[in-house]
Amino acid sequence: MTTRPARACIVGAFEHPTRKAPDKTVAQLHAECAAGALRDAGLGKDDIDAYFCSGDAPGMGPTSMIDHLNLKVRHTESTDLGGTSYISLVAHARDAIVAGRCNVALITLAGRPRSEGSSGTVPRTRAGTPEAPWEAPYGITTVNGYGMVALRHMHDFGTTSEQLAWIKVAASHHAQHNPHAMLREVVTVQDVLDSPVISDPLHRLDCCVVSDGGGALIVARPEIASSLKRPIVKVIGSGETVRGPRAGDVDLTTTGAAQSGAAAFAEAGIKPADIQYASIYDSFTITVLLQLEDLGFCKKGEGGRFVADGNLISGSGRLPFNTDGGGLCNNHPANRGGITKVIEAVRQLRGEAHPAVQVKGCALALAQGTGGNLGSRHASSTLILERE
Amino acid sequence: MSTKARVMPSPGIGPDNEAFVAAAREGRFVLRFCDDCGKTHWYPRAICPHCTSSNTQWKPVSGRGTVYSYSTMQRADPPYTLAYVTLAEGPTMLTNLVGDGPCRIGMPVQVQFVDSEDGTPVPVFGRA
Repeated sequence: MTTRPARACIVGAFEHPTRKAPDKTVAQLHAECAAGALRDAGLGKDDIDAYFCSGDAPGMGPTSMIDHLNLKVRHTESTDLGGTSYISLVAHARDAIVAGRCNVALITLAGRPRSEGSSGTVPRTRAGTPEAPWEAPYGITTVNGYGMVALRHMHDFGTTSEQLAWIKVAASHHAQHNPHAMLREVVTVQDVLDSPVISDPLHRLDCCVVSDGGGALIVARPEIASSLKRPIVKVIGSGETVRGPRAGDVDLTTTGAAQSGAAAFAEAGIKPADIQYASIYDSFTITVLLQLEDLGFCKKGEGGRFVADGNLISGSGRLPFNTDGGGLCNNHPANRGGITKVIEAVRQLRGEAHPAVQVKGCALALAQGTGGNLGSRHASSTLILERE
Repeated sequence: MSTKARVMPSPGIGPDNEAFVAAAREGRFVLRFCDDCGKTHWYPRAICPHCTSSNTQWKPVSGRGTVYSYSTMQRADPPYTLAYVTLAEGPTMLTNLVGDGPCRIGMPVQVQFVDSEDGTPVPVFGRA
């Protein structure tokens, strides 16, 4: 197996330890995350020459935040792909570095949905959303959208609630070792099935947490990465797309990961079987199952069997996933879990995950994100990372 | 399916759905068709999403369909059933299922109109 040379590296990664921040502004959380990533990288604020953010950034996005952080940048970008934005932004930062637009790019995310009382069971619609007159009356929320996805997968492929529950069980096995995780209790398949149904067929324990917090990443030119003291994490593959009801051609059991994953694997020159650790966006258990299939870790329809019997548990399973506990148990800051997916992949590649969940000799990792709603329209981003 | 009545938010009335709502008030279910490529689509747009033509117009259709998938929101009071219904004319649309009895994927359904909170009619589906 030969991989391609790095064109950019992740040199800084920081996950805010808070899960509830009633007394902080979103801007302050962004600033704390930026400072944390700079400390992690061993860089100073004035080394940053590009800033990337998404829809969670307050005010006028980068215009407000670059001033708030008092940065001097020569390149900026804001892309809203929902929760997966930050996985895409790593690739966009890489592209900007390759194009000579910048050397050191900062990406931040922060939000307070827990303090602000956000819920995945209540419809949210922004003014001017084009589909709103045709969809908002029906009460589509995050959870019932994914409920329709899960039911259709069960119908087409015989997937069961027990199989979906194994995804939560694996996440909880990992979260027990994370002192910052919201839910650290190890759960069983029966615990998931016994939890109340929120929207058929999804139970409460099929759903991710709602947490305040945030994270930041720093992407830099390889020469700069080599000059720092941290292990080098190269960005070697990426892909992104948006998929939805396609003007009425609805297919709820295929996600954008089929396209973004294929692009990322082609660029990296590796196969799914080469991946030693995978961060997979886990807004719900079904989200993980569909992405695993579409990325090619198993065939379409075989996801249920793939995830069952602890196959995602680090140390014993075939594919260690979300070793921080993921969105299902650890953290889903700002209702946007993309950045924590990249952060845990970086920890694994650096050998800095918790010893109980660290993948031995982890050299190739994947971070996969879904933004929006698999039950309606969503973005998908795939990132493949390699330790030098 | 949910058994209690649910008051739906209004879709509002604007350039995109004014004619659709007017037809619905007369009990007619219409889809947007493209005169250039001949295809229909959902949700309705002025510019054809298949071929970018602006020659699109409303035409009455059967209102028949089958359930593609559904999910009943147990957390809501009263619970309600979100669904995708594949119309006989082709497109699959987001909707609600109404009426008594169990639901299943593939079940034949028929459109009906329900008044939303401000009286604007909204298409939902019940067992055919």
